[in-house]
Amino acid sequence: MLPSVITEFTPWASLLGGVLIGISAVMVMVLFGRIAGITGVTTGALSLIIPSQTKAADWDWRIAFIAGLIIAPLLVSLFTGDIQQTVSDNVLGMALAGLLVGIGTTIGSGCTSGHGVCGLARLSTRSLAAVATFMLFAAATVFLLRHVWS
Amino acid sequence: MRIIFGFLSGLVFGIGLVISGMSNPAKVINFLDVFGTWDPSLAFVMGGATLVTFIGYRIVLQRDHPILMTDFQLPLSTAVDKPLLMGAALFGVGWGIGGFCPGPAWTALPLMATGTLAFLPAMLIGFLIGQPIKNMMTK
Repeated sequence: MLPSVITEFTPWASLLGGVLIGISAVMVMVLFGRIAGITGVTTGALSLIIPSQTKAADWDWRIAFIAGLIIAPLLVSLFTGDIQQTVSDNVLGMALAGLLVGIGTTIGSGCTSGHGVCGLARLSTRSLAAVATFMLFAAATVFLLRHVWS
Repeated sequence: MRIIFGFLSGLVFGIGLVISGMSNPAKVINFLDVFGTWDPSLAFVMGGATLVTFIGYRIVLQRDHPILMTDFQLPLSTAVDKPLLMGAALFGVGWGIGGFCPGPAWTALPLMATGTLAFLPAMLIGFLIGQPIKNMMTK
């Protein structure tokens, strides 16, 4: 659905970014004793504003964590000038994608961070199965959208 | 303290997402597009993050309790069951369509792209309606 744009292969920047993500995951464990899964962090933070749900007792750091995620690109852009980003502007497609990501990560108990980074680091077979499944389905979806139906 | 350190943790995570390219859907979709404009960069993100976390967890989990909370809460479930696989499959399809997983959707917010403003609220609604579906499946 996103038209093919070539992106530059950036092993060093990606490795450095990955190391920072890992450092954050370790910070969340040593400070709060929790898995740094963005799905879980967000759901815990959402429980604050949804009256029907039981409030997560530790919503405070979760909201602050999300605020950090949102401020991060603004801070990076102070040093780099701009941030490279190409997002599809197909509103219906993106809304459908968001809905699937929200429902899927909730039913599957985690996303790229919870299962991907933290789960694999704990050598969890459950997380490995989740990662293999979402990678496979994501690659298949891109293949269908870009090479079959386009 | 929890708020300050929660913010700092999120900031480091978010800077990592931005520097690594993970917050750029074009890069994510190219990573997934093995038979097209393949960009393997994101394997380095996952590799670097997982390796650091693997080493860090082994050191940190020797403590009796975390610094700002009373206990460590690690997932206890080990079952590879239907909700896990079905959820991961749905997530994969959504990730493939949009190029956003939950973390990058948050870091993309201040850039205010049209697609982000469609994706993010839909994802939050998805979190809310996913919960009763999960409860039904695990009952």
